[in-house]
Amino acid sequence: MELFLFIITAAIALAGAVAMVLTRNAIHSALFLLLNFGAVAVLFLLLYSPFLFAIQLTVYAGAIMVLFLFVVMLLGAERVEDAPDQIAWQRPLGLAMGLMLLLVALATAFRSSAFAPAPGGAALEAFGDPAALGALLFTHYLLPFQVTGIILLVAVIGVVVLNQRRRPRPSEAKTR
Amino acid sequence: MVPTAYYILLSAALFAIGVLGVLVRRNAIVIFMSVELMLNAANLALVAFARERLSVDGQVLVFFVITVAAAEVAVGLAILVALSRSKQTSDVDEVSVLRG
Repeated sequence: MELFLFIITAAIALAGAVAMVLTRNAIHSALFLLLNFGAVAVLFLLLYSPFLFAIQLTVYAGAIMVLFLFVVMLLGAERVEDAPDQIAWQRPLGLAMGLMLLLVALATAFRSSAFAPAPGGAALEAFGDPAALGALLFTHYLLPFQVTGIILLVAVIGVVVLNQRRRPRPSEAKTR
Repeated sequence: MVPTAYYILLSAALFAIGVLGVLVRRNAIVIFMSVELMLNAANLALVAFARERLSVDGQVLVFFVITVAAAEVAVGLAILVALSRSKQTSDVDEVSVLRG
């Protein structure tokens, strides 16, 4: 039953990812990426991580995708790739290199991983408990957690600085 | 019970598709989405390994990755908006000069 669920969800995730790369319209790309994020969230649930399932849906599928859709519509950048490619060989070369990486990554993952079922039992209950994650976050990983707060602050200030409209000073206006 | 190897194979495939998107597409926003796809594939592998070893540390790492990804998307999209204000395009081939 679990394997059946995994196969369906994995197929949806892969289809979403491939369709995101293939489709021409950026809005459709964003929506296919949303499908992929939702499928990966279900996979987190299958891996006994309900907290990450919620985080994935709220932060990735919620906040980040809304930001992407908003920027695509703001810039009107749905179809910037209709113009012919300036460098003709870059698309076939990129395709070949990407497919080579796909083969190497799959071969490495296949060779180096065990196909035995993962352990279960009482330890699995503690693994899926969000309280354990929170306790670890506020004790052993307290410093990285604080640094995360600083990163978010820097991101907020950076966004405001990048998008402010600079008014030319009187001295600058004269010289132009 | 699904073996961890299946999750790792899926994660590798998703990561390679993300790389393919970065290499093939020219729309800067779609390239950005492909980077998000790669981060997400890495998250999936981390959670799968954490579940294999039954250690919560992997989940904490994924939590940090998601936070940094959110900050990165905010800054990156702000750069794209500033770029399109000065160049009126989001095609990465058009943006080839260093001068603002």
